[in-house]
Amino acid sequence: MESIIFLILFPLVAGVIMLALPNSRGRDLFVNFAGVVTCIGSLYLLFEYFGKGQELFFVEGTYIDPLITVAEIAIGLFIIGMSLKFRKYLIAVLAACQMGLITYTDIVFEPSHYAGYDLFIDEFSLIMAVIIGVIGSLICIYATGYMKTYQEHHKDVKDKRPLFFFLMFLFLSAMFGIVFSNNIMWLFLFWEITTLCSFLLIAYAGDEISWKNGFWALLLNVIGGVGFAGGIYFINAFSSGNDIYLDQLLQSSPGIALVAAAFIGFAGLTKSAQFPFSSWLVGAMVAPTPVSALLHSSTMVKAGVYVIVRFAPVYEASLIGIAFAFIGALTFLVASAIAISQSNAKKVLAYSTIANLGLVVACAGIGTEEAVWAAILLIIFHAVAKSLLFLSVGSVEHQKHSKDIEDMGGLIAAMPKIGLMMLIGMAGMFLAPFGMLISKWASIHAFVNAIPPFGMLLIAIIAYGSGITVFFWTKWMGRILEVRTEREPVEKEASRPEMSAIITLGALTVLACLFFPLISETMIEPYTHSVYGSISPLLSMSNMIIMLFMVVVVILLPLSLFHFAKGRTLRRQYMSARVSEVSGEHLKFLGSMGIMKEAELSNYYFGDLFDEKELNKAGVWSTILIIVMIFALISWFVPLEVIM
Amino acid sequence: MAYITKSPWIIHYDASSCNGCDIEVLACLTPLYDIERFGIINTGNPKHADVFLVTGGVNEQNKPVIKNIYRQMPKPNVVVAIGACALSGGVFRECYNITGGVDKLIPVDVYVPGCSAKPEAIIDGVVKALGILEQKREAMKKEAGN
Amino acid sequence: MNFMQILGENPLIGVALFVILSPLVGAIIFGLDRIITARMQGRVGPPVLQPLYDIFKLFEKEKMVIHESQNFWIFGYLVFIIITGALFFGGSDILLVIFALTLAHVALILGAFSSGSPYAHIGAERELIQLMAVEPMIIIAAVGFYEVTNSFNTLDIISFGTPLILTLPGIFIGFVYILTVKLRKSPFDISTSHHAHQELVRGLNTEFAGSTLGMVELAHLYETVILLGFIFLFFGLAAPIIGLIVVALIYLIEIFVDNATSRVKWSLMFKSCWIVTAVLGVVNLMALYFI
Repeated sequence: MESIIFLILFPLVAGVIMLALPNSRGRDLFVNFAGVVTCIGSLYLLFEYFGKGQELFFVEGTYIDPLITVAEIAIGLFIIGMSLKFRKYLIAVLAACQMGLITYTDIVFEPSHYAGYDLFIDEFSLIMAVIIGVIGSLICIYATGYMKTYQEHHKDVKDKRPLFFFLMFLFLSAMFGIVFSNNIMWLFLFWEITTLCSFLLIAYAGDEISWKNGFWALLLNVIGGVGFAGGIYFINAFSSGNDIYLDQLLQSSPGIALVAAAFIGFAGLTKSAQFPFSSWLVGAMVAPTPVSALLHSSTMVKAGVYVIVRFAPVYEASLIGIAFAFIGALTFLVASAIAISQSNAKKVLAYSTIANLGLVVACAGIGTEEAVWAAILLIIFHAVAKSLLFLSVGSVEHQKHSKDIEDMGGLIAAMPKIGLMMLIGMAGMFLAPFGMLISKWASIHAFVNAIPPFGMLLIAIIAYGSGITVFFWTKWMGRILEVRTEREPVEKEASRPEMSAIITLGALTVLACLFFPLISETMIEPYTHSVYGSISPLLSMSNMIIMLFMVVVVILLPLSLFHFAKGRTLRRQYMSARVSEVSGEHLKFLGSMGIMKEAELSNYYFGDLFDEKELNKAGVWSTILIIVMIFALISWFVPLEVIM
Repeated sequence: MAYITKSPWIIHYDASSCNGCDIEVLACLTPLYDIERFGIINTGNPKHADVFLVTGGVNEQNKPVIKNIYRQMPKPNVVVAIGACALSGGVFRECYNITGGVDKLIPVDVYVPGCSAKPEAIIDGVVKALGILEQKREAMKKEAGN
Repeated sequence: MNFMQILGENPLIGVALFVILSPLVGAIIFGLDRIITARMQGRVGPPVLQPLYDIFKLFEKEKMVIHESQNFWIFGYLVFIIITGALFFGGSDILLVIFALTLAHVALILGAFSSGSPYAHIGAERELIQLMAVEPMIIIAAVGFYEVTNSFNTLDIISFGTPLILTLPGIFIGFVYILTVKLRKSPFDISTSHHAHQELVRGLNTEFAGSTLGMVELAHLYETVILLGFIFLFFGLAAPIIGLIVVALIYLIEIFVDNATSRVKWSLMFKSCWIVTAVLGVVNLMALYFI
């Protein structure tokens, strides 16, 4: 248990130290050091608990629960204070409701007196911890290089890097807390800390639009927080009290577990930016890139789906679960469709994140063993590939001073290393035989066995969404590869911390694909087997061999480049045999009236077919309808519970 | 046996021709003469083409175009100049803007006379060109073997 | 079905047969295509094996490229089409087959993009639209197979007791609709087309010359065999003769439609494919629940 407590407390302590240190190379070195220690800590944890199954821990110290309550109240007051200061009254009211519910629950039901294990670890927590520890620390290391350039480029932004790094590490600490908490009251505190960190980090630049987006994120997350608090109240009020411990709650009767799963799952939906709560994630892209990578793609939003996947066995074969599955599937479809029409690279990544999380939620809503297996695989691969893409886009932005995909033409020639990493990341997001594709394959397998005829409808939605994701990723990959004229690569693509983080993540993406059968067999399957009480393997040997064979072919294929480099005659592009010339980066041709014109091409964005506003509206209203249905179903359940 | 003679793809360019010879070239593609029997296809892309059919007297604007098309054709390839204008400029030889003869720009392998050249003559010329194509292919193979 | 048992235990036999025989089978199909087209137009047409002569000729030509890395993508396209067919005919998960096919096409598209040519760029964008348009239907077809046979494995599907077309008629018609797109036939040949129907020079294939184009054409032969095999799955070994006749008939209809129609705009192709998928595919899928 010591390593768990270390992982929760060390980033917190390191963060406080960073708050005190001034901007200097020493501070940056300390950040790198803290990142490395966190990374090693999580890997040590992996080594320590590998193959051990679930273990529960009791934490000594009667001072902890009151401390947690005090912390929750402090955060609540801070949020209320900030909201009032900026005149966001709705947030203040909601935060007050949330705080009120928790405080009332604390006073009336005194949950600190219930007997149970506060912390735990199992294979799923271990996977999440490794993701947080390894990817999180890589991103923080990246941030030392990135933020320095960021402050140089944005002289108008006040240099608050000590606060920045404090918040990043506080966030890491809270994430570890979330995945190790068995006590739901503790989980709620850590949840709130992540909301707080997200809010402050989005508003880092301090200008009007950043505060606006920060508060919008805060509003939607506090709405989820109210739902979470509602769930906590419900558990305390209507169950035997031991159900505030997750392991007990999951074994509890459906009347308790399913309703709690609905409330807490609702909070999960807001945190993972599912429709109708997606807009905060898109707006959060104004934050510096490390924030987008850490919070808004690989980690915090994973906390949202983490709780939903925890409740998957409860959702199985229930109408509420099916409702969650549809929210997830619709999110997947609508967010993918919107991503086609976006040319801002970070927005494409944001919508793609929302879409993939939708797929995870859909799997969790179905709740069968195979679906959970697919969901965890999705979580792993998405975390690695998406953070790689965000970090790459951040570095490209510093070089090219643009986030637009249209400005990334020929990136593979101008910035070969980062260009290659981006291609790996994008391939990892949708191409066979990479991980995400395997997860998609597994989720289709899982959905066909779901409650008919809903499973069919879900598959239809996934089928359409799948074609859409191929479109916008390939379009972007093509843009990077499209070298119209020869050019020299830039001298320095990015700073050393940035390059090392990006290349490490690229290597991790490839390694994860190569070793996914191992991960599946040693960690994911034991988890699902223990939760669902089964023994059969989820990935047949023949399929595994085929997938690995394809990965090997993809890795070996670049060797053919040696053969294809020889004995070729080079000619320029066919410009209808018109006189053409190359001037700098531009390919020009002799147009009409004897004028040399530049050949300019851009991608299709289908603004009118896949209009962002229209699709957002469709997504929001259809999912609001489903959520209303969920709460209608709950209100049908609860009176039954009271009667019984 | 070089397969290039069994599947010669043509590209056809009108270098300031009166379109008389061009109509006859297109007539070869119609059911009446049907040169697809020989595997001949009219491709509009020089990168895919083996036989370059040129008609017309070649004015100033055509010069870079003809050179570009010829350059974009992978070897082995042959050039067939069709009609009096492509051979020497025809009746327009003395005009200030007419170069007068495709062979002033690129090497021509077969000359098909006529004004306008008859489809039978054009087909005859293309068949002769195929023979030359095969020779070029053999030469290429020998050189590659060295 | 002893042959099926042999194939099931030794999938490599199916793979080997596919890899070796497909170019010949595909070439004959394409050759017959051109001859029938010619006869429809009142011409004689080329010899049956003309497609093979075309490919051999292409490999004899000078190796002309824009960037030296171009052929890497096309080689990837060819390799993955062969892997797709190997998976399909060797008896494996049909979803993996579909995703491998997508991977192959993405490699082709990236090859076209990497040439940096305007025509290839537009051709590649249109090819992407085609991919997006047909993918839902193909996935729904695979799921339809699963719903009836309870397996995703191609060998199980083909050996199913009753012809699948009886329970999947909507999906069958929908699949034939998108087959026009996959076979690059009018009216849906928006990215690149066969010989006479040019647009944007050669669209996707504009900057592929010599051996590069040879690889593309070879892959197209393999792909056609895979697609026709997919159609045959709707009949399977429960009605093999009828299946072969229907496959031939479908291809004849495709040739006829190809000659009788002209290319439509990409938006019409895209929207009609998706609508057909929804109306025929999804409804068929849902209806299976009630059977």
